[in-house]
This record gives sequence, C-alpha cells and structure tokens, in this order.
Amino acid sequence: MYLSIFNFSVVTEWLHNLLASFMAPWLVTTVECVLVGVGLLLAYALLALFYIYYERKLCAFIQCRLGPNRVGPMGVLQSFADMFKILIKELISLRHTDKFLFALAPYLVIIASMLSFAVLPWGKGLQIIDFNIGIFFLIAVSSIGVLGILLAGWSSNNKFTLIGAMRSGAQMVSYELSIGLSVLTMVAYAGTMSVTEICEAQSECWFIFSGHIPALIALVIYLIAGTAETNRGPFDLPEAESELTAGYHTEYSGIHFGFYYLAEYLNLFVVSGVATLLFFGGWMPLHVPGWEGFNDIMDYIPSIVWFLGKTFVVSAIIIWFKWTFPRLRIDQLLTLEWKYLLPINLFNLVLMVLVIIYGFHGPVVQVN
Amino acid sequence: MATLKDKIAQLFPEATFAEGEMLEINIPDAQLHSLAQTLHDDPELAFDFLVTIVGMDWKDKMGCIYYLTSTTHNTNIAVKVTTDDREKPMLHSVSDIWRIAEFFEREVYDFFGIIFIGNKDMRRLFLSIDWNGYPLRKDYDTNPELNPVSTESERQSDGTDMYIENAEGKVEKKHRNIFEKEDFVVNIGPQHPATHGVLRFRTAVDGETIKKIDVYMGYIHRGVEKLCEDLQYPQTLHFMDRLDYFSAHNYHHGLCLCIEKAAGIEVPARAQYIRVIMDELSRIASHCLFLGTFCMDLGATTMLFYTLRVREQILDIMDKTCGARMTFNYDVIGGVMADLDPDFVKDVKELLAVLPKNLKEYDTLFTGNVITKGRMEGVGVLSREDAINWAVTGPSGRASGWACDVRKTHPYSIYSQIDFEEAVATEGDSMARFKCRIKEIEESARIIEQLIDKIPEGDICAKVPKVLKLPVGHWWQLVEGCRGAFGVYIESDGSTKPYRLKIAPPCLPLAAVVDHITTGNKIADLITIGGSLDYIVPDMDR
Repeated sequence: MYLSIFNFSVVTEWLHNLLASFMAPWLVTTVECVLVGVGLLLAYALLALFYIYYERKLCAFIQCRLGPNRVGPMGVLQSFADMFKILIKELISLRHTDKFLFALAPYLVIIASMLSFAVLPWGKGLQIIDFNIGIFFLIAVSSIGVLGILLAGWSSNNKFTLIGAMRSGAQMVSYELSIGLSVLTMVAYAGTMSVTEICEAQSECWFIFSGHIPALIALVIYLIAGTAETNRGPFDLPEAESELTAGYHTEYSGIHFGFYYLAEYLNLFVVSGVATLLFFGGWMPLHVPGWEGFNDIMDYIPSIVWFLGKTFVVSAIIIWFKWTFPRLRIDQLLTLEWKYLLPINLFNLVLMVLVIIYGFHGPVVQVN
Repeated sequence: MATLKDKIAQLFPEATFAEGEMLEINIPDAQLHSLAQTLHDDPELAFDFLVTIVGMDWKDKMGCIYYLTSTTHNTNIAVKVTTDDREKPMLHSVSDIWRIAEFFEREVYDFFGIIFIGNKDMRRLFLSIDWNGYPLRKDYDTNPELNPVSTESERQSDGTDMYIENAEGKVEKKHRNIFEKEDFVVNIGPQHPATHGVLRFRTAVDGETIKKIDVYMGYIHRGVEKLCEDLQYPQTLHFMDRLDYFSAHNYHHGLCLCIEKAAGIEVPARAQYIRVIMDELSRIASHCLFLGTFCMDLGATTMLFYTLRVREQILDIMDKTCGARMTFNYDVIGGVMADLDPDFVKDVKELLAVLPKNLKEYDTLFTGNVITKGRMEGVGVLSREDAINWAVTGPSGRASGWACDVRKTHPYSIYSQIDFEEAVATEGDSMARFKCRIKEIEESARIIEQLIDKIPEGDICAKVPKVLKLPVGHWWQLVEGCRGAFGVYIESDGSTKPYRLKIAPPCLPLAAVVDHITTGNKIADLITIGGSLDYIVPDMDR
C-alpha cells in the first residue's frame, strides 16, 4: 500500500544486480560491504555535525541568544569549522597512563554508537542490518559504550576521571534496565523484535496512539532513561563540568576527545531514533484509520523524511531537558531509577500484557 | 559602657581601659584566654561574634586587636593584647572559643609572625610556605632577592605545626598531619569551574562522600594591606574595587566613611543619597550574578542568561554615571567623583519596572523545580550558633536566622531613615541562602524606589584638603557589602599615609566554614554549598 517509488530496496536490488552481472559473488559482497561502510561513516559524520549545529541553535533560542551566525549563512558551517579544528589538534600523550587502554577507549565508544546506528530504520528498505532480533542487537551493542567510558576513566590515571567513570558506570548500568524494560513493553505489544516488522505493525496507527496508557508510560520512562543513557543533562553527572571539570574525558585531546563528542551526539540521535521506531511508527507516515484521503497525501512524503523529522523532534525534547533542568546528584539519580522507574516499569509491563490479552488496544498490523 | 567596664575591671584587675569609638580593653597575654572566655560565655556580655583580629606592629611591641560584637545586646568591644618579644612573639589562641579565630590567627601569623599557642593549625594562610619574612612587620625587608619569583612548583606540605602549652607552662611544638595516610584526596581547584576564582579545596573523599576539606587560599593574594601603607589616603581607595569586584561601591563607601570619620568631614546629602543608591544597585547586580552562576554550578546554564540581562541593565546605568562597568572608583573622600548622568533617574525607573517580572520568571524557571529542591533543600545546613561562631555574615548568615545586616545593626549614611526589611530565613540550608538573596533584591529595589525621587540638589563632594592628613589614632568602620559585613581598620600616625590599614573581608569566613558544613555530604554538594555561600576569592585573599 505504501508507494513503491519511495521503496529504497528498489535501488539496493538494482545495485546488487548490476554488480552481480559482472563480478564474482565474493567480490560483490566485498564491494557492497565497503559501500555500506563508507555510507555509514559519511552519514554518521554528517549527522553528528548537523546535531552539533542543531543543539547550539536550539539552546541559543532557549537562552535568548542567536547562536552560531558567523561561519556560513546562519552559521551552518560552524560545526564543519569546529571539526577541522579538532582534527588538526595535537593528541597529547600523557605520562603515567595506560597507553593502550587510553587509546582504545574512544574507539569502543564510537564503535558502540555506530553499531546501534546501523540498525535504525531509515526508510522503507533503507536499512543496513535487518534481522529478526534487531531491537535485541541494538540494546546489546549500545551497552559496549559504557566499557569505553569506564576504560577512559581508569586508564587516564586521574582522580576526576576515575570518579566520573564510576558515576557513569553506576548510571548506565542502572538506566539500561529501564531502557530494556520499556523497550520490552513495546516489543511485547508489537509481538516482534524485527525493526522492519515493528514499523510495518504501525502502518495503520502509531503505537503511541494505539497502545493507550502503557505506551505513554513506556514513552516517558524511555525518554528519561534514554537521556540518562546518553549522559546528557540533567543526567550529565559523569562529565559534570562544575564538579569534575570534564569527568571521564578530562585527559583526552584532539580527535580522541572529538570521538566522545561525536558519540554523545550520535547517541542522542540513536535514542531518539529508537523512540521514533517504538512509539512514533519509525519511517511510517502518519495514518489515521478511516481517513483514506489524508493517508494517501501523507504517503507522498518520503519515508526518510518522516523518520528524520520525527527523530529531530524527539531530540529537540531531550535537548530542551538539558537546557532547563539543573543536574541531579548521584544518590538522587540512583533513587530515581531503582525506587521509581524500575517498579513503575515492571507494573507497566504487566499492564501492557493485560492490554494485549484483552485486546484493548487500537489497530496493530501483524505482518506474519 | 560604664557597667561593662566595671564588671570587667572587677574580674580582671590587670586590665586597663581606653575609651574611643567603643570600649577598648588592654589585657596581658596570660589573661587573654580567660577574658575571652568570660566575654563569650557571660550572658550579660555575650560577645559571641568575633568580627576580626587586627594584627599590629607598633615597632616597640607587637600585638592584636580583637573586635567583638554581641549579637544579643548589639554592643561592641575591642580587646588589645601585646607582646614585647620580636624574635618569637607568642600569644594565646582563642580559636577554641570562636571557631573563625583559627583562620584570623593564621592570617596574623602569616603577616606578623605571631604564633598562637593552642591554635591547631599554624600554617601560613596566604603566602607560600617558603616565604621569607613577615610582610606587615615594619622592619620587613622588601628586597626581591630574598623572595625570588620561582619557576619551580611550589613546595607543598601535608602537615602543620601546632604549639601547645604543657603543664609547666612551657610551649612545645608538635607536628600534625592534615589528612590520614589512606585518604583519597582530590584537588578541587585552584583552576576549577566551580570555585569562582583561584581557590583550592583539598578534599578527602570516600567514594562520593566528603570526609574532610582543607581550604587552601592565597593564589590571588596581592598584598593590598601592605601596598596601602605606602600610598596616600585617596590612593588607597582604588584597591577597594579590586577586592570584591561585585560590591565595589559598597567597599569604597566603607573606606570613605572610615577616613571621613577620622578627618571629620561632613558628606553632603546629595552624595549620601547617590552612594546609597549605588550600593543598592550593586547589590541587585551582584545577587543577579549569584543567581545565575549558582544555577550554572548546579547544571542549569540557561538561568545565567536570564539573570545577566538584569545585571547588564544595571551595568549600563553605572557605565553612564561612573564611566566604567566593573572597577568604578566612584566614591571619593567627601562624596562622589562625578554627578549623576541626566538619564540616571529614568534608567533606574525602567530597571525597577522590569525587575519584579524578571524575579517571577526566575522563580518559575528554577526555584519551583523538583530537581532544584532536591539539590538545595537540607543541603549544607548552617545553624545560627555556627553562623555566628564562624562569623558568617551577609545573606548567608541571615539565611541561618542571624539578623546581622550592618545597615540595621550599625546604620551608616542615611540607612536609618529608610524603611526596608532585613531578609532573614531560619532553615540555614542552600535553598534559604538562595531565597534570602532573591528577597534582598526586592528590598534593595524598595530602598531605591524610596530614594530615587528624593535625591536632594547640592554639592556632590565636600571640600577636602588636597593633601589629607589624619590625626593620630585609630578608627573602625563596618558596612554591609553584597556578601556580608565589610570592616575597615585605619591606624594613623598623623602622616598622609595610613600606618596600618586592615581590611576585614566577609568572604574569608565564608570559605573557612565550607569544611564544617560540607563534611559528610557528596562531592556535588560541595559545589552547591560553595555556590550558595557565594564567596569571591580576591576578597578573601586581598
């Protein structure tokens, strides 16, 4: 029912057939992997740059300022300038650090965010990995990030970074529970872990509308836990500037620091992207059951625009948090998770199961 | 005053008395401690607030003057104690009676080399530990070769000496470690975003919990008191801008009042009105900055921009009249330097018109926030007794329920004719300190509102001789800065320069008390508490 001109798998299949027509199968796979890798890296870098600009402009708006407005029209080239600056900066090597782990840590962080980036449903047929346990994979790989942060804090041999790493360890391990449970609630509702199938299931009505109260609770918890997971304010304790100077990445310079910076913005994108997928239909256009004409018009907007648009709006909400709230303290942070979010989440899961069993929900399209 | 004198004369026959601005008791060192104990404990005397200790070198002898105030009876007294020994001068410590004396005595030790028997910490307070000589002694050698500028890292010590009197009356030196051997000590500062300047907290932590804090000052010590001794009275004024740079007007006012009192100069009414209005405008600007930076310390960056908008408006007003935005140098001996800008009244009225709206906005954005409440309520509680004992004045002291506003307790200039309320809270936590400052902004606006239409015509400055000489004697003046009671002590030998000019800053006690109220809290609370006390490092270091 969705317009075939916007089905990206047409393009990928055409490319595959083209390559297969004159190459050996192993070569085709290799070339495709390289192409995907380059595409992924490029998208990653460009999105990060866009996000830096996006946050600065939003934050400036909230703070009654103008934000970057000197480099390029409306300052759009500012983040490019910043990137080049950070690329040519010196990587300062320190004495008394664990050199290997110190160098490894930023790569772990960036690999984790890139892998989870790969599972996102960009549009119909536009997805890098699509398999039946997509969501599970996403949660699994995003957990690698905390390892990088812990290593960074430990290997820097600095008291501030160590405290920052300890905070972040406690924080991320705790909030992963909430993320996992709120995702589980939605997976139970969709009846599948496949990213594509979750999107398809929302083709008549987004989960946030069809899932009633449990979906709404899950969304709120997901947004809180997601903000904590990305170490953003009000949960930016691991790098609390006024307490720990820069927390776990105090000792990093140049592009190594840049990796943390990029990963932070991309994690924001990933968290918003998953929220979009689970609650706002992924790349699926806004469909209202019964309004055929309206639904047809919505179908004319390409799916990638839908996905990116929804993700940016969710990100804007998370950015809005950061520029409004003060920071929590470590004990308050853990209290919030273990005493409030976790019990509510477990209760919400039961509620969702009841909703599913008694069929109180709106239309959910079962693909299989 | 007479009964006070009789009472003390009866108890301490060795004491001699002098009458000046307040009763001055001369007491031999051997009696100092028991006199101090009596002054503090006797309910009829109840001198529980040690304002400052002025170290002195009179060439033939050295000593200290203790300025004391009773918070219950609102009476003042000065205690003078001297020693003839210049080689190794020793006096008895009163740090077990007034906790803040520990720091005041360290300052005296730093500048005069007077050792206090019984003080648990006899390190230098401001100068580096290898400094040669005691700079405020009159025989101090200023030869730069004695204290060369070193390119080496400064030598640090984890220990301190203390001097104890044993049973036979002999003084013994004892070494004491500041931290335990197994303590995990984190350096917060001197370069740190939340210490508001170059202040250093050596913080022993157990995980996230703070076990002990050692405050390390002196990174921005400029020797203002020493410099003043070589300058003429009008020249000394310039340094007041550079202590607490947010209450430049108030500090100028304080020193001017002290010199005017000594020289017997009558300040014209117009100048008095202008001075008070400027003081209150500074207070609003300073508190606005506090609101912004404090919220930023807690992680709420946006608030800073909202509060700076108001401060900016005030700085523009000051700019038009004083020609500067930070170091105004506006109050001069006898009045003010220049007349008001023609737009002044209009601009101030515009400011007063937008102020309530802005305060309401701050409240909506920040004060009612649940995270804010969690971070501030019940954090860093300072009881009223402790506030007095640690000499924590200003909004921080008032938040603990101690009505210590100098404008009310010792009114100066035209404050006695103005109707305003003193912002006092009882909780003593960070939230109370925050709210007290918001209330003070409102009260300052009220003061300005009362005065702005009534500024009398006339001279802006009294006739002051070109070369100003003060008569022989000493004077003491307190004013209310933006962060607490600011005291000035001037001793004159009749020349054009002060023989001794002692500045008693409000921020030194504010930093000294941090250890007391932070121990047992989390690292993040140190930032909250430090921010809520709102100390200014150049003010404490001088």
